[in-house]
Amino acid sequence: MREIKASQITEVIERLCIEANEHLPEDVKEALRTCRDCEDGEIARGVLSDIIENYEIADRECVPVCQDTGMACVFLEIGQDVHITGGDLSEAVDEGVRRGYDKGYLRKSVVKDPVRRGNTGDNTPAMLYTEIVPGEQIRVTVGPKGFGSENMSAIRMFKPSAGLQGIKDFILETVETAGPNPCPPMVVGVGIGGTFDKAALLAKKALMRPLSSSNEVPFYADLEREMLEKINKLGIGPQGFGGRTTAIGLNIETLPTHIAGMPCAINISCHVTRHKTEVI
Amino acid sequence: MTERRVTLPLTEDLARSLHAGDRVLLTGTIYTSRDAGHKRMCETLAKGEPLPFDPADATIYYVGPTPAKPGQVIGSAGPTTSGRMDAYAPTLMKVGARGMIGKGERLPEVVEAMKKYGGVYFGAIGGAGALLAKCIKKCELIAYEDLGAEALRKLYVEDMPLVVIIDSVGTNLYKEGRAAYLENRKK
Repeated sequence: MREIKASQITEVIERLCIEANEHLPEDVKEALRTCRDCEDGEIARGVLSDIIENYEIADRECVPVCQDTGMACVFLEIGQDVHITGGDLSEAVDEGVRRGYDKGYLRKSVVKDPVRRGNTGDNTPAMLYTEIVPGEQIRVTVGPKGFGSENMSAIRMFKPSAGLQGIKDFILETVETAGPNPCPPMVVGVGIGGTFDKAALLAKKALMRPLSSSNEVPFYADLEREMLEKINKLGIGPQGFGGRTTAIGLNIETLPTHIAGMPCAINISCHVTRHKTEVI
Repeated sequence: MTERRVTLPLTEDLARSLHAGDRVLLTGTIYTSRDAGHKRMCETLAKGEPLPFDPADATIYYVGPTPAKPGQVIGSAGPTTSGRMDAYAPTLMKVGARGMIGKGERLPEVVEAMKKYGGVYFGAIGGAGALLAKCIKKCELIAYEDLGAEALRKLYVEDMPLVVIIDSVGTNLYKEGRAAYLENRKK
């Protein structure tokens, strides 16, 4: 049994909120550079060059890449041999978000009531997911999620008879409907299987996986490649002004599901797909 | 496609001379507002009261910036999705506001109001908040301070890089640009 203080979790979350918002992951940067070199159109290339210059400024000056510094999605993989001491875990996470968004001069974008609104003033609460795993460490991931793209996400409960084609059509339809709104080039996270709620979580987790990686099952790795290629034939292009690069990545995550169903969730993200991980 | 320097205010003649696909470097005074600010401005107008700024020939930037760090004029300041302001934009154009800066699609009723009043919809690069902040030389909070990031601010921008997405005759770069790309690819 290893003891980890709640205050240590707070410190890590605080740091990750700031770093994730100021520095894009290397795989996202790499994908943006590769895509710029593939564009022939003047506007499309120009937009991607500006996007690259933007993350370079953010890196250099330690400022947020995007003004929508998002809702703080926090994933904790907690080793079953860990004992958290000295405080309430959820409160420790929220305190980390509160401090990170304050010290990092990040935007407070959370309202306390979905209908009646009213800013909470400190960007809490975090959207917290915990998972118990073997071991005696805690793996902390913070993924600030902007809502220009979150708003273009979709979920559908398919009949199994819809099959693979149903899923392919749904992915293309969702990207088409999103169009210029989610700040393309996008990153597309797809979750297939599980229950209604698990499919959505899988889609969110798919966004946290490096763009340079593939699903470990060859069938889904092929599907990832095929759908990314099809999306990039739609012509929406950077910012929707027309071009090759509509998405810089598409990741699929799956789970077993019920004999009667085939849930599919698509979480749309933008070219500022941020996440940062640290192990305690 | 042409690139031109545009100096505000956005008079009707100036607005009608801009065309979808034009790259623009914008200089002058603009106002920031987004969801809650637009709602409040329209409620103010409905009561017959004046807006916190003169809307005649004004340009509104749909943005909620991050707080300025010490020494900064403003924090990161890229555009938000314009569609959420569609319910309010025609009301503001009716009282003289002409320019809108944002990203994403607009509803047909907004485009109709643009044709009628001579409006222009400019696109700034969504997600390029650090880059766009560099063009903002002055920032002054003028109203609705309680809305935080959504408060009304008066900005002075210099050579702000924009693209005309929808012009005053309703031509839309999202449609034209995509069609041109797909047409080119066939060749």
